[in-house]
Parts: sequence; structure tokens; C-alpha cells
Amino acid sequence: MSSTKLDLHQSYFQLFDLPQTFALDGAALEQRYRGLQMTVHPDKSAHLPDAEQRVAMQQATFVNEGYQTLRSALRRARYILKLNGVDTQEETNTAMPMDFLVEQMEWREAVVEAQQSRDVDALTELETRMHVETAALEAQLADKIDTEKNYAGAALMVRKLRFMEKLAEEIHAAYDAIDY
Amino acid sequence: MALLQISEPGMSTAPHQHRLAVGIDLGTTNSLVATVRNSISTVLNDEQGRAMLPSVVRYVDEQTILVGEAAQRTQSEDPINTISSVKRFMGRGLTDIGDTSRFPYRFLDQTGQVQLRTVAGAKSPVEVSAEILKVLRARAEASLGGELVGAVITVPAYFDDAQRQATKDAARLAGLNVLRLLNEPTAAAIAYGLDNASEGVYAVYDLGGGTFDISILRLSRGVFEVLATNGDSALGGDDFDHRIYCWLLEKNTLSALGPQDTRLILTHARTAKEQLTEHEETRVTAMLSTGEVIDNVLTQAEFHEMSNNLVQRTLQPLRRALRDANLKVADVNGVVMVGGATRMPQVQRAVGEFFNQTPLTNLDPDKVVALGAAIQANLLAGNRGEDDWLLLDVIPLSLGIETMGGLAEKLIPRNSTIPTARAQEFTTYKDGQTAMSIHVVQGERELIADCRSLAKFELRGIPAMVAGAARIRVTFQVDADGLLSVAAREMGSGVEANIEVKPSYGLSDSEITRMLQESGQYAKDDMQARALREQQTEAQQLIEAVQNALDMDGELLATNERSHIEQQIVALRASLEQTDTQLLKRAITALNDATVKFAQARMDKSVSHALSGKNISDLEVK
Repeated sequence: MSSTKLDLHQSYFQLFDLPQTFALDGAALEQRYRGLQMTVHPDKSAHLPDAEQRVAMQQATFVNEGYQTLRSALRRARYILKLNGVDTQEETNTAMPMDFLVEQMEWREAVVEAQQSRDVDALTELETRMHVETAALEAQLADKIDTEKNYAGAALMVRKLRFMEKLAEEIHAAYDAIDY
Repeated sequence: MALLQISEPGMSTAPHQHRLAVGIDLGTTNSLVATVRNSISTVLNDEQGRAMLPSVVRYVDEQTILVGEAAQRTQSEDPINTISSVKRFMGRGLTDIGDTSRFPYRFLDQTGQVQLRTVAGAKSPVEVSAEILKVLRARAEASLGGELVGAVITVPAYFDDAQRQATKDAARLAGLNVLRLLNEPTAAAIAYGLDNASEGVYAVYDLGGGTFDISILRLSRGVFEVLATNGDSALGGDDFDHRIYCWLLEKNTLSALGPQDTRLILTHARTAKEQLTEHEETRVTAMLSTGEVIDNVLTQAEFHEMSNNLVQRTLQPLRRALRDANLKVADVNGVVMVGGATRMPQVQRAVGEFFNQTPLTNLDPDKVVALGAAIQANLLAGNRGEDDWLLLDVIPLSLGIETMGGLAEKLIPRNSTIPTARAQEFTTYKDGQTAMSIHVVQGERELIADCRSLAKFELRGIPAMVAGAARIRVTFQVDADGLLSVAAREMGSGVEANIEVKPSYGLSDSEITRMLQESGQYAKDDMQARALREQQTEAQQLIEAVQNALDMDGELLATNERSHIEQQIVALRASLEQTDTQLLKRAITALNDATVKFAQARMDKSVSHALSGKNISDLEVK
């Protein structure tokens, strides 16, 4: 039961017993996440005194946070950089390469256009392309972080990935806007 | 024997003793109680062998309360004191309920939650619900022969914090130890999944009397993981009855209807709907109090046509839930139907076509929620079976906080697995600011005004610092019941504020529906409005900063330089009156440009001030 106390100060990589790399064994993460929740989730201590239920909630929250952080490429990269003392400057650094910004503008115009013409197929195609682009960025990020260990260089890629995440949100909002 | 079975709720008992726990489906129309006996989940019937308890409470006088069938039977005799569908009022304020003339009740506007004036005094929805729960508790204790250690109570997946809190309060009021609040579609998935030893991705389509929920779950080696949930909180079987009711009014030219005749026709409409589940056509005959007679034949085809757009309305939440879960229709291995309204063949057909597979209906859609809740209750009470399993559920609506300019900053996005927490740092925006109010909201829209306000509280005693220097860390914690608590802390001084979010209001059903629908429709409007608000905030901050600088160091400027800056401030103030983002942007740039030299002069001044360690003017005077 929840008598096994988790160290809430260890890194999420230590928590899930995974190497601190951007490349991720998703199946292992999922399996260990479920294994940990099987022991720490508050449902397992609902019949125990309040104090133990509170501990269970903290532990389960920590495990959930860790899982959400590691399974998202963007959050995982941000986290690795933070562990290495590098700030991704997503709020403060707005200097992006011009060609990237132009590309982002084009993406957004295409989304708006698809939304205005209520074109579900066009949105789906954009979504597919967006997934391909995002995967390419993630591959570059893996190189920068795992191979080159160039964390400062990786920060720019994280900011790019953040743009792609916003784009994904806009595509979802466009689907919603046309009631699809 | 009875003495041996008494145990303190929530306390440990001997390892081999089976601890009595129940699952309760507290429904809009009907309520049920179930328990696990000999490893099998069973619904507990009343003495007459009835499983479903109509969710109707009648206050006959100060002492006498009728619950269930007896209350329902006499409803038209005493509509004011007979409360039905009280679930719609849980955690709701008067303004949430909207048109109160639709109900025969006398509403009292109380802070937090409406009350209903009855012959036995003012009653809150929590108290009314507690009467239903008391009957189910007594039924369970009589049938199981002992005191319950606890109960799992189900709630619609879309229920917000206020509604969940109200439900928990009702259970406590009924003397029940609440082991967990459980989402209805998730309860159904447990009953179904454990019964069939399923693996893979399942969609639970739950169309009840007044609510629609869709949940997408992944079942894998004993873990039920909810991936996404969505819904339409103002859509249920009642709306289908209403379509038939309107059709009957069109077919017959009737004089103005009294409340009794309205209820009579609605009851006939409901019967017709049920008839059409198995028959090609049905005949509706009724005699009204005015002596007028209704006699019409309704075919299945006609009914399906008039209700088609209701069925279609359930499909958009399905697509949204799949998008949120990052899944395609083809990824769904099975579809479980829950709620009496899913008996309608047109609903089953539409859902089947959407998912391209026949929906599963082998468990009674009226009972499956209670059965699943009982299985969860059994586990939470500590009665471990052979197989260990776990449920991971999510929060249905995003939680956020109000930031400057009336914008909502999302801290916990919808569909986050619970329990969860998120901390965010905020800062002061005025020099010397010592208090900060924190406004917690729930919803998907970008503007505060479009979200549901959950709670407001103040963090006082922040040490006076320059704007932007204070670091206020706000932590949101959502527990396994989906209930929120918030704590705020100033990091430098350690000033702290904690609140249990006991919100005064919940989201009204129509409000949630509106919010979910509008979050899509107005996504673009939101972005534009957000851009404008941001510019407005920036403009106000800039004006304030420049004014302060002028007050402090105005003497650094030549007269014409100063008047140029002041002109730009006037121009920016004027653009603040407009709603043109571009115009505002240009005015901000103009004022910024006008102050470049001034900023440089101030910088030089502070540098020389720092170098000398003394005030320059002091030096000059000497």
C-alpha cells in the first residue's frame, strides 16, 4: 500500500527509472507509471486515516506530474534543459529566425482559410503536415540534447516546438469553430 | 449479531471481515443503490422488489416526507411541495436556473445555492438530495444487515466543483461516509470492463434524463485510464419527450394549458417515446381537464425525423473527445451505451454509424452506473478481491486564474489526470502593492467573463516592493474526487493564504453547454479580444510608468520635449477609448519612441547617482 514513501525531490527520470535523455522509451514510461499509480493512488488508501490519504494524494500528484512532463516532447525537453540550468526563455526571447516566422504565418493563414471555408479535409491535411513537421523538430532536438549536449542550442528548438504546439491548439480550435 | 457488526465508518476492521460499502447512482430521474455480494455487483431492491427509486421528494407537512414512488404518484396534487429533478439545482444560484416559471416551485435566492420554500420550510437542493440518499442508505442497511462503512456516489462527468461539492455535502447530510465521487461514464466502464475482461480503447456514450456525457477510456491490464471526456449538459431523454409534446400541440388546437395538463401531456409523450422503441407506431390518447381530447398516431419514422437534430447534437462532443484523446474513430475498440435514453433505436443507429460498429448494450443501461459504483466502493472499502485494478480519471473543465485585463490564464487544462496540482508565479503590477486578489475560474474561454467564477480570495501582507518584484506562487490542487483547493504564497516573505474552494456557485447546465459550444465558435473572437486586452493593459502600464517618471525626473526634459511626450500620452489615452488593436499598437509605439531620449537621461542620472553614492542635487547645493 502507500507505506512505500516516494522521494518527492527526485527527478522524474529517477522516479520512472529512465535515462535522462530526450529519446524516450514510451512503453517503459507507461508501464512504470501504471505500476507506481497502482501503489500510490489515493483509491488504494481510501480506507486508511486522513493523514495517509493526504500523503497518497501528494504522491499520486507527483507521479501524474512526472508522467505528463515526460510523455510530452515539449515538456520533456523543457524539463531536461531546466535540469541542466538552461532557461528556454519562451516568454522573454521572441527573436526567431525570419524564415521560421514566415512559415508560421503561412501555417496560420492556411488554418484561418480552412476554417472560413469550413473545409474539414484541408484542416486534416494541415494537421497531418503539422505532425510531420513536429516529428522532424523532435528528431533535431534529440540530436541537440542527447548527441551534441548543446542545451543552449536546444532552447531555440524548444521555442520552435512551442510554436508548433500553439499551431496544434489553433487547428483544434478551428475544428471546434466549424462544429466538427 | 447486530452488536458484532457495528463498526466505526472509515476505521479498519478485522482482515477477513467483509466491509459493507455501496455504490449510489443519484440520478436526475431515478436513483439506485448497489453492492458487491459474493464478488458479484448487484442492485439492491426495495421491499416491493423495485430497483429504481424515482428521484422525487414530497414534503407533506413539518414531519412527513415522502420519497420515491409515493411522492411521484401524488406530484400533480401538490406540485409546490413535491420536488423532482433536484439534481438540476445542485450547487446552483438563482441566476443559473434561468426561467424559474418553468418550475412549480417557490425559489429563494440564497448565497451560493437556491432554496425551495416548502410546507416544511426552506429546503436546499442538498437537503432534498439527502432525503433520497437516506432512503437508499436505509434500504442498503436493511438488506445487508449492518452499518455501511462508506459509499461511492456518482456524478455526471461534466459536473463542476460546486456541483460535486454539493453532492458530497448531500451524502454527508444523509449520514454516508463518502469514499469517492465517481464520474458516471467511468462507473459504467468499470462495470462493463471488469465484466468482460476488456482491453483496448472504449467510448462510453451516456445519454441520461437531462445530461449527455462522453468518455474515452483505455483499459489495459486492470488500469482504467480516462483519456478525455466531453458532453452537452443540457441534452437528455427529456428533450425527446419535449419534441413529441410539441408535435402533439401542433396536431391539436388546444386552449391554454394549465400545469396539470402540461404534465399530463408530457407523461403521455414519454410513454409514446418508450413505445416507439419496440413498435413501429403508437397511439396517444388523453383527456384534458378542460374536456378536450387528444388522439393521434405517431410513427417511428416521424419521431426519428423530429428528433434527428437532437441525436446529431451528441456527435460533436464525440469528435471533440476523440481529438482531445488524440485518437481516430478506428482506434475505438468498443462503444458502451449508458442511460435509459440510449434505448432509442435512432440513437443506437447514429452511434453505430459514427463508430462504425454495433454499440454494446448487454448491461442494463439504467443499472450499469450503480453496478460500477458498487465495484469501486468495494475496492475503496478495502475488500480486496483476487484481481487488483485501478481507475485514473480526469478533470472535465480547465481551471484557471484571472490575470490583468480580465483574461483567464489556464493552470490545469481539461482532461488532466487527477489528482493533480499546478503552481504558477505571479507578480504585482504597481509599486508598493501589498495585497493581491486571486480569482479562480473554470471553463475553456479566454475571457474571465465567459468562464464560471469558482472563488475569489485575497492575499494580504505582501511586503511593499517595486512593481514586478514580488513573487506570488499560486498552487491549485485537485483531489481524486475532482475537488479543488488553492493556496497562494509570496516567495520572498512567506505570506500565505489557503482556501478550500467552497464556491458560492456552480456552473448552470446551460452555461456549461454554452461555454463548451462557444469555446469553439468564438475561438477567433477570443483571440482578437485577447490581443486587444493585452494592448490595453500594455498601454495603461506604459502611461502609468511614463507619468511616474515625469513626476520624478521631469526636470531632465526640455519644455518642448516634455510637451511632446505629454501629447503622445493624450493620443494613447484617446486610442484606449477605441477598440482598434492596430491603432492602439501604433499609439503605444509612438509614446515609446517619444520617451527614448528621456529614458536614456534617467539611466545616466541613476548611473551617476550610483557612482557617487550621493544625490547629484545634494552635491550641487553644497
